Amino acid sequence: MEMAASKPMTKIATAPAAAPRRERLGRWRVPLSIAVLCVLPWLLPSKALAVNVLIYGLYAMGYNLLFGYTGLLSFGHAALFGTGAYVTGIAIGQFGTNWFLGMLAGVIAAGLMAAAMGALSTRTRGIYFAMVTLALAQLVYYVALQASSWTGGENGLRGFTVSKVGIGPLSVDFLNPIVKYYVVLAFVALAIWTLSRILNSPFGGVVEAIRENETRAKACGYDVVRTRLLAFVLSGLFCGLAGTLSALHLAIVPLDSLGYMMSGQAVMMTMLGGVGTFFGPFIGALAFLVMEDVLSLWTAHWQLFLGAIFVALVLYMPKGIWGTGLVWFERWRGR
Amino acid sequence: MSNDDLLQVDDLGRSFGGFVALKGITASFGRNRVTAIIGPNGAGKSTFFNILSGALKPSTGSMRFRGNDLARLPQHRFVHLGIARSYQITSIFPQLTAHENVRIGAQAFASRYNIWTPRASYHDVSERAEQALADVGLSAARNRIAATLAHGEQRALEIAIALVADPKLLLLDEPTAGMGPEETRAMVALIERLAADRTILLVEHKMKMVLGLCDRILVLHHGRLIADGTPADIQNDANVRSVYLGQSLGYA
Repeated sequence: MEMAASKPMTKIATAPAAAPRRERLGRWRVPLSIAVLCVLPWLLPSKALAVNVLIYGLYAMGYNLLFGYTGLLSFGHAALFGTGAYVTGIAIGQFGTNWFLGMLAGVIAAGLMAAAMGALSTRTRGIYFAMVTLALAQLVYYVALQASSWTGGENGLRGFTVSKVGIGPLSVDFLNPIVKYYVVLAFVALAIWTLSRILNSPFGGVVEAIRENETRAKACGYDVVRTRLLAFVLSGLFCGLAGTLSALHLAIVPLDSLGYMMSGQAVMMTMLGGVGTFFGPFIGALAFLVMEDVLSLWTAHWQLFLGAIFVALVLYMPKGIWGTGLVWFERWRGR
Repeated sequence: MSNDDLLQVDDLGRSFGGFVALKGITASFGRNRVTAIIGPNGAGKSTFFNILSGALKPSTGSMRFRGNDLARLPQHRFVHLGIARSYQITSIFPQLTAHENVRIGAQAFASRYNIWTPRASYHDVSERAEQALADVGLSAARNRIAATLAHGEQRALEIAIALVADPKLLLLDEPTAGMGPEETRAMVALIERLAADRTILLVEHKMKMVLGLCDRILVLHHGRLIADGTPADIQNDANVRSVYLGQSLGYA
């Protein structure tokens, strides 16, 4: 899969964000996105799949802030997702914090990890940025592998099952799949609203300007390195939140959540859905996970077919599923 | 060198590896004047401009702008001090509208890292951008995507982006590059208007335009300043004539 994906990725690295810049749905994008995610579990065969769409959609959404909107191709976002997941698991399992403090610790840790990775990588760009982030993420992977007394090494981290979540006397059964879905959705909805505000803010404009023309942005008086670093940290907070939700959902953190395949999935899901589109990452996550489900039932070599489908989509639908849909929608409205 | 001078450069030089692109440039620039920098290809004009706008750091020498030492300043600080530029090859944000292009320029003075407030609520930034668009005559094109504008309009848009910073020193790198006679005339009129209350430095190849527009000309050759004077001085300078040997200086 990673072999199949590598060629189109480097192509995108030099010319990021071919996506439609203007989403006319923009004004309604937050309520519409949340509404779609509200009905999603009733359209999918399993609630577990629906929870995964939320978590991976959030992960790809955070990735898209850096890749689609800022124009930086990172191959190391697993480190941010994984840090969120591991720190949440360790906080709950070994320090006995409640679920919420565990999540908070996970998100903050992911933000700090993003700040460290960003500080070392945002001075580079293009393929160098991709390689630096990949190397840093591999470093984190091997640290987690070695520090097995904390992380469980290659067996993954276990022993922190959260069965009830709640605030004060109000609590709900987190083991009930449908309750779990809507609890996770509450956090994802908050993240969607936050991202929309970031994109509409002055900072959102600067990020877009730097992606469009870095030289001119610098001449306009913007500190490109610092802006990229902030974008990296914000992206890391979203991906870290996805990681903490994944830890709560699975009650285990597999070592693979720090692996390079995990980093590659962020790229694939974002591109499947539509680089630089608001809702595209969720569509990309949905398409990826459904294909994985269907194909793996049918053949053990499902990754081969997934890779082929991915290559075909990148070649013939470079704007992704959602991005292409938006173009059609615009054309239909324009008539 | 009087205290009234806006920009002073002293013994400015830059080399790339063993190649000396610019050497020993000493000059000062007063307020509200139009100065042209001319010279054959490879004379060091672009290097000089890139140093003045902060894109390149000088290898030697010093430069002071309104009392500030510029030599070690990062590029993004220059515009905040009052130095803005345009590029030889038009440098705009192609997928944004004309208004958004200029807006980004204006926003640098209001907010750079605010991630929460809607940018539509910064009304003063929007108005400033409208004003700059009006100043270059692009108000009617405000909602058009920059990539779809005509070449001359894109050049004007780039100047609007620079202008919205309200620069004291405006650096224009071949402002009429690739323009026909009609567009060139409009650009010259614009530069004359802008020169009323700011200092303009420009690199230009169209000699007739330079002679008519500027009150001072600097001539670079092989990275050195070989002449500095009024258009009449430059036309009669023996050194300059030998550099431009075979070219019709003043009659182009």
